[in-house]
Amino acid sequence: MALTHHILSVLVENKAGVLARVSGLFSRRGYNIESLAVAPTDDERFSRITIVVDAESAPIEQITKQLFKLINVIKISELTPSEAVERELMLASVAADASTRSQVIELVQVFEGKIVDVGAGALTLMMVGMPSKLDDFEELIRPFGIVELQRTGRVALPRLERGAARLRSVKGKVG
Amino acid sequence: MKLTGAQALIKSLEMENVEVMFGLPGGCILPAYDPIIDSTIRHILVRHEQGAGHMAEGYAHVTGRPGVALVTSGPAATNLVTPLCDAYMDSIPVVAITGQVSRPAIGTDAFQECDTVGITRPVTKHNELVMDPDEIPRIVREAFHIATTGRPGPVLIDVPKDVLQAEMTWNWPDSVDLPGYKPNTKPHPRMIKEAARLIGESRRPVFYIGGGILKSRAAEPLRALVELTGIPVVTTLMARGAFPDRHPLALGMPGMHGNFTAVAAMQKADLLIALGARFDDRVTGKVSTFAPDAKIIHADIDPAELGKVRRPDVPIVGEARLVVEELIRAVTDLGGAGAQADRGPWLEQLRAWQAEYPLAYDEPLDGDNLKPQMVIETLRDACPEDTIVASGVGQHQMWTSQYWKFDHPYTWVNSGGLGTMGFAVPASIGAKVGCPDRMVWAVDGDGCFQMTAQELVTASSERIPVKIAILNNAYLGMVRQWQEMFYAERYSEVYLSPDLPDYVKWAEAMGCAAFRVETPSDVLPTIEKANQINDRPVVVEFRTDSEEKVFPMVAAGQSNDDIQTAVGVQPMKRA
Repeated sequence: MALTHHILSVLVENKAGVLARVSGLFSRRGYNIESLAVAPTDDERFSRITIVVDAESAPIEQITKQLFKLINVIKISELTPSEAVERELMLASVAADASTRSQVIELVQVFEGKIVDVGAGALTLMMVGMPSKLDDFEELIRPFGIVELQRTGRVALPRLERGAARLRSVKGKVG
Repeated sequence: MKLTGAQALIKSLEMENVEVMFGLPGGCILPAYDPIIDSTIRHILVRHEQGAGHMAEGYAHVTGRPGVALVTSGPAATNLVTPLCDAYMDSIPVVAITGQVSRPAIGTDAFQECDTVGITRPVTKHNELVMDPDEIPRIVREAFHIATTGRPGPVLIDVPKDVLQAEMTWNWPDSVDLPGYKPNTKPHPRMIKEAARLIGESRRPVFYIGGGILKSRAAEPLRALVELTGIPVVTTLMARGAFPDRHPLALGMPGMHGNFTAVAAMQKADLLIALGARFDDRVTGKVSTFAPDAKIIHADIDPAELGKVRRPDVPIVGEARLVVEELIRAVTDLGGAGAQADRGPWLEQLRAWQAEYPLAYDEPLDGDNLKPQMVIETLRDACPEDTIVASGVGQHQMWTSQYWKFDHPYTWVNSGGLGTMGFAVPASIGAKVGCPDRMVWAVDGDGCFQMTAQELVTASSERIPVKIAILNNAYLGMVRQWQEMFYAERYSEVYLSPDLPDYVKWAEAMGCAAFRVETPSDVLPTIEKANQINDRPVVVEFRTDSEEKVFPMVAAGQSNDDIQTAVGVQPMKRA
């Protein structure tokens, strides 16, 4: 199966401007970012940037090598989609009046989402899952009328094998 | 010990053994200029901040030590962007220090504020905004470490005015702790062994030598490796001088304006041993047809260069000097010179090409304008062998690289990757500051000279006796050449005039000795006169032939196989 995207989990120093360095490198060298999520780690000195890169835009090897050249980048792990657990969170406010409300609620139940806010003519839904599942859900609620929608971009961790972890460290400065 | 941030900054530079810095003061950097009065560091006051950057580069080129530039915020910082980018492209160690508006004013569009760190991020190896005066020593120490190790490059430190004014506790770090920066300098033994095996078997090998050999001070071991293996050498524009041009195995410069033998040797090679080179488009021509039969050994300190343009058969990450030394050992282990494949026919072929397609130009007739190549050859022969030559960018740069004989490392200072017109004058000044006992000539074009000539005022007032040869062909010559060859002689905005400005008067106004040469018989005597002047800069304007073109030439985007030794003459296609 041809890869459509790569997931890079990049451990960086938690310093001002580091995200700009990373995103600037991607734009300057013409690498397409599909999504990007930044979050602190359990160690406050570091943050983790999860980047989903379009596999077409450049060889992943060149992307990781260029990233390694940034002084603030500590470690890069490439997560193969088949060997990673990927999740994304979506919040969506959907028009739902008396006539459609029950259908929307039913859909949410089928997709194991949650209703997190209720208004007179709309519901706000929360859905966590594989990005593809969120895509499907988005398609299905669109006919009801999406008022607002927000997605986080995906985060990922290596799938736990029965045995060794599969966090494949890209060869580089951290042994 | 309590110091101001400004004192700590200058003291940190002293701790890094900085001897000289190039700069120009202004509002935000003012506090740092006060302790300079009491410092051991020589400060050279430039006339434009771009000059400070190129001088720092010229100094670094010839000494191998990091060049330092010190300027203020806003427009001064933006004026420094070009030299920073130039240093980034050519891997020159430079540490630039810029003033910034005070911390509370950052982000308010204050007077002379700009986002210096943001603007220079893509053109520096690293940069840092100092927000805490206590961090000044650590950040300076790290900046010099980053600039000079691994693949060298420019590092910028942006210091807000109130950080310079604030009090801090002096603390010089014993070591550098950068968890994300550990350049891999030692080549992998298995790769070295594999490379040595390929070298021994190859029948048509070429050493493809780049600037990395000079950066890692590896010219001497390189010569030993070349002589051990008997393999011919091309030196790229950034590596001129890394291997002596007068050596029998030297083929000279490859690439767009390389000589025929150097280009053809790479095209017909069965093995390219690329050391500290990066397969630049000016060397490869059309990549898909570059050296089609060659296996590639590619050694570079920067892992990202391996496979960026051409996938190597043997990739080697490591510092060029260590790679060369390990290769010598590995080749020797496999039997050394005696175990090399027979390369008699290959060397014979190369000699035949050299004899058939030497660099050539028509002798000028009396009364004609001078031939630029003849000026350069005369200059070359009239100067000491270890003369340092700087150049700008364009035809004069290519002719200088082609016709000079570089027999010593660190004698060639030019802008390769970025191609910065105006580089020559300030870079030659920086070079002369770094090597005051050597003769320093800049070969410049009339277009380039007009971009940065004001730095000759700096040279005069600081008594830095550089010598500038302007090849005045009254045109932006390289652009003119392309318009002649590729735009049907439709000359658009390339004419500059031979006598506006009057270069002699201009140079004299800047405190230089100045001469104009219009006839061939005056070339040598004037150069000799210029070489006698050591108390001030000299400018010699040579009136050269506007129609002279740089050959050989591989047109942009074309295959190296299409190399033209003269208009329409394509020997490799014929063969």
